[in-house]
Amino acid sequence: MSDAAFWILQLLNALQYSMLLFLLSIGLTVIFGLLHFMNLAHGALYMMGAYIGISITSATGSFWAAFFLAPLAVTAIGAVLYFTLIRRLRNAGPMNQVLVTFGLIFVFLDIVRLGWGDIALGLDAPTALQGTTKFLSVSYPTYRFFIIGLGLVVMATLMTIVSRTQIGAMIRASVENDDMAAAMGINVGRLFFAVFCVGCALAGLAGVVAAPVFSATTGMGISILIPTLIVVVIGGLGSLQGAVVGSLIVGSIETIGAAVLPGVASILIYVLLAVILVVRPAGLIPARV
Amino acid sequence: MQNWISTIAVAAVLSAAGASAALAETTVGLLLPKSGVFAALGAEIDDGFMFALEEAGRVDEFTIVREDTEVKPPVGLAKARKLVLQDKVDTIVGVVSSGVLGAMRDFVHQAEVPLIVANAGNDHATGKSCSPYIVRVSFSNSQINRPMGEWMYEQGIRKIYTLAPDYAAGHQMIDGFAETFTAAGGEIVGGEFTPFGQTNDFGPYLTTARATNPDGIFVFYAGGEAIRFVKQYGSFDIKADVPLYGSGFLTSPLYVGAEGDAAIGVKASLHYVPTLDTPENNAFVAAFKARFDRMPSEYAVQGYDSARLLLGAIDAGATDRASIAAALPKVAYTGPRGPLEIDPATNNVVQNIYIYDTVKDGDGLTQKVVGQVNGVRDAVNGCKL
Repeated sequence: MSDAAFWILQLLNALQYSMLLFLLSIGLTVIFGLLHFMNLAHGALYMMGAYIGISITSATGSFWAAFFLAPLAVTAIGAVLYFTLIRRLRNAGPMNQVLVTFGLIFVFLDIVRLGWGDIALGLDAPTALQGTTKFLSVSYPTYRFFIIGLGLVVMATLMTIVSRTQIGAMIRASVENDDMAAAMGINVGRLFFAVFCVGCALAGLAGVVAAPVFSATTGMGISILIPTLIVVVIGGLGSLQGAVVGSLIVGSIETIGAAVLPGVASILIYVLLAVILVVRPAGLIPARV
Repeated sequence: MQNWISTIAVAAVLSAAGASAALAETTVGLLLPKSGVFAALGAEIDDGFMFALEEAGRVDEFTIVREDTEVKPPVGLAKARKLVLQDKVDTIVGVVSSGVLGAMRDFVHQAEVPLIVANAGNDHATGKSCSPYIVRVSFSNSQINRPMGEWMYEQGIRKIYTLAPDYAAGHQMIDGFAETFTAAGGEIVGGEFTPFGQTNDFGPYLTTARATNPDGIFVFYAGGEAIRFVKQYGSFDIKADVPLYGSGFLTSPLYVGAEGDAAIGVKASLHYVPTLDTPENNAFVAAFKARFDRMPSEYAVQGYDSARLLLGAIDAGATDRASIAAALPKVAYTGPRGPLEIDPATNNVVQNIYIYDTVKDGDGLTQKVVGQVNGVRDAVNGCKL
């Protein structure tokens, strides 16, 4: 393998991991930015997406059925959580929110253990996306290209909606000042619920898309939560561009670090986090200036 | 007349007491993870242990107290204390995590309670921190991997890249392999220890491994990490250039199904493979399948052999903690794994190690034994019993 091929592969690895982090962190950050709600159960929803996706695939025999249905199922779970817990907690302060949603992680963990068992499960990529594809003289797994492409599509779609549509303008207005937005005739409550649902759907999508690469384990919801939170903090809470930049930075540092400086790779990201918190406590691209 | 009646009464009371004692003579503390990353392994060991008692028809002789170690050393130690001081168990069986074993080692040693280790492979437990009260029936980390180094060199493999999670077991597994592989003349061209439990994407490591142009990659991963690693290895389509070898937990029957076709052709070494064609194993597998409707994994066999060892000690006349501890190392028999004995120098098991290939069998995957090293015994490693 030539040096160039090595670096192309590592950059693709970095991009692929960044896109998965983006799919997860965008839901978390938007829910925080809009609802001022720290939903730690986001990782649990990601896990539910993976497990429900595996069940749908084995029931229907089609990955694509899971690809579309699992995010819907996770949205339904999110909606139940919204009406039973999250709406009540909106004004309860961040500590209560963190404690309740952290508790939810363990509730979902045991739901998964009861429903799917303790043994980790795998999911096969759809036949069309198995094998490798040639790109710039290197062979790279087709399914990983698919993740990169999906991440870019979701990124472009969300950016267009937020910056170019009326809904996007309403969302931006509500993030900036929700009382004023309500006074201007925006139904902020309904808008919040819609955004929350989109966040849950993206968590479910990330789960089902990650399952063929990462497999599904009962610990996946907790283990992904830390990198996702780091992305959100580095990028800036509540900001779409922040999530894009944050996930690219975290994904690249973790991947390139693992390739070049494996001994310290796992602490590099925490060093960066500490530096950002000292230098720019609101993150690189905060939602509110 | 009076004497005669009272004699009968006393005899009746005595025989009743004797009968109830025969129902539950030995109290066993089953110390296994019921939650956390090793919960599935704990369940397998528990099933194997109970299966051996059922098979012998001697479930009634034992009172079993179960405690959850949660894979947390302080919790494991607290639960071991509870079993010994409150439940007054005659012996403890279990311990999946080497960390938990390390935490409770001094306590069981000082309390003089026999402990049958049913999984935790830390080399030191039967090396420099060995104890006359700790008998290991499962394996030691280096025991499983040493035979693989020589075998791979014999297959013409010269240059190997290694990967394992960065914790005690990962290091000991790789060291055990590297020791014999380099002694035979092979070369370790590079290697990495990945952050344990935090590595989701092995892509960067696989890319680095390939860049060193090795003849193969030797790895140790278990559980969810094993599934993730093997599937990602498969997705890069490098099987033909860089074949995958490993510690047998990598493609354990417990989760090889989740790995799917990516596991085909992976060669690994382990102390038990369910497809071993011996009369003892065939009978064991058939009975286990009839009872649980699945193939036994190496973990189930470890639980099974823990019970066999305990039954053997009791059959040899052991009744209390001291006599059980003294009798356990003397038990030897041929079981599902083949001939099994306890090394009197270390209290670690002496057993065959099998090298197996994962092959397609109809819709599923199965294990084909391609190599075997008999009676693998650990060096004393500073153990004084």
